[in-house]
Amino acid sequence: MERDKVIAIGGNPNVGKSTVFNNLTKLHQHTGNWPGKTVTNASGYCRTNDYSYKMVDIPGTYSLMAHSAEEEIARDFICFGDADAIVLVCDGTCLERNLNLVLQAMEITDRIVVCVNLLDEAKRKGIYVSLDALSQRLGIPVIGMVARDKLGTDKLLETLDHMMELHGTKGMVVGEEAGDSQKPSILSGRGYVIEYCQPLERAVKTVEPAIQKIMEDAGAVLPHSGVHMNSRWLSLRLLDCDSTLKAGIRKYFQKDICEEGHVRAALFKAREVLKDNGLDKNNLEEEIVSSVINEAEKLCDGVVIHTKKEAHDKERRIDRILTSKGAGYPIMAGLLMTVLWITITGANYPSQILSQGLFWLQDRMTDLFRFLGAPSWLHGMLVLGVYRVLAWVVSVMLPPMAIFFPLFTLLEDAGYLPRIAYNLDKPFKKCCACGKQALTMCMECVYLQNECCIFGMLVR
Amino acid sequence: MKEQLCLNQIHPGQKAVIKELRTGESIHRRLLDIGLVKGTRVECVGKSPGGDPRAFLIRGAVIAIRSEDCHNILVHMLEGI
Repeated sequence: MERDKVIAIGGNPNVGKSTVFNNLTKLHQHTGNWPGKTVTNASGYCRTNDYSYKMVDIPGTYSLMAHSAEEEIARDFICFGDADAIVLVCDGTCLERNLNLVLQAMEITDRIVVCVNLLDEAKRKGIYVSLDALSQRLGIPVIGMVARDKLGTDKLLETLDHMMELHGTKGMVVGEEAGDSQKPSILSGRGYVIEYCQPLERAVKTVEPAIQKIMEDAGAVLPHSGVHMNSRWLSLRLLDCDSTLKAGIRKYFQKDICEEGHVRAALFKAREVLKDNGLDKNNLEEEIVSSVINEAEKLCDGVVIHTKKEAHDKERRIDRILTSKGAGYPIMAGLLMTVLWITITGANYPSQILSQGLFWLQDRMTDLFRFLGAPSWLHGMLVLGVYRVLAWVVSVMLPPMAIFFPLFTLLEDAGYLPRIAYNLDKPFKKCCACGKQALTMCMECVYLQNECCIFGMLVR
Repeated sequence: MKEQLCLNQIHPGQKAVIKELRTGESIHRRLLDIGLVKGTRVECVGKSPGGDPRAFLIRGAVIAIRSEDCHNILVHMLEGI
């Protein structure tokens, strides 16, 4: 029986990655992006007629330059995680920025499927994305999706099935034609080639042969998918001195390749070339990132078309009011106070009903214990202890939570929460925090209110 | 006429092109992530009620940047566009 195919699901934060993941695996992962959300690799399973897949949801990142824990996890998984394919979910409303990650990933591997999500939002803003043109230019499959409405999931699975078939077993591309064409194609196995500046290209040409030789000698392939590491990408990373990769490379090659004589010599020569052209450790990364971003901009030209200017203007007009000096703070305070007021007063009636019901049940349990002749210490422990505390907590805490979170979610869906963070950033900065913490504070207010209620009941 | 300014001096409604980033390490990387590099066109779309941070339209997304970071981003003003 063939083993599961491993598919990584990545992309920028807040593009609907986890929604896509949930649609595929039918799991229910809670999504959101304010401080407090844990960053872990979630995984789930799904089947098609031909294959069975293990989906791994990797943390959202803007790039693979590995300067944060999330980026490192994402980069390491794409590079060493031995996935059979990577699905990169993009936001259709700002595709250019999302392509930064796609292009960086395409330098590592060509087994990528791009999923352009939030197409309903894009349509609302008058942004039209030509998926076929993008697919042609990138040389990989591009799928449109509205993950919120579960549209596009079937097409994605179909594309993954096709890709698995194409790559056959152990990384061999079925029907691949040998050739040195630089044009990326779905079958080429070469990945996307971004043209960097002349000095950097020369430096890469100096280092790459040495790396390729090591790869041939080591015969290193990833055990599950059978894929080789991309030598051009590795050369670039050694040149920009990415120290976070060292551990992964050592494991992959079973040795520290920078210590090899010919690699060390090639790296030295290449770095001289870069230094002569004013490129050192500090500005090399910016040069690389600029090239990727400019490439993304070129790709989007003609592929992403903006039509409705009025929608854009309307949003700006609303923002001007919501973040204005005069109306900004009053509107914010008013909205938050309203939410808090609805939570507190709205929760009173359900709390009362719940507590009456649960305490009636407590009395019935007492009757039952008496009928069974149970010892009083048992009754005290189970009914008056465990059950009564549980009843108090449920009747006091459940109604406010059940009212507050839906209201807060309404604010989130309306897009108002970032405006709150934006308005409150200056005062929060004075406390060495940032505007985003204001959102966590709102939730804390409700917890605090609950604590006070429980305390009040205990004191009575 | 191309005048060299910092991003702080770009007011709502005005457009500019990024000339250089002289920001600290961590914010520098975030700015690169969102696509703010030399040659990027930006438009100031607003200021927060306290005046800080400011909102800029960068490659299709509205991003808020604090004053102390804007101070370290050098730009050329784009006139008449």
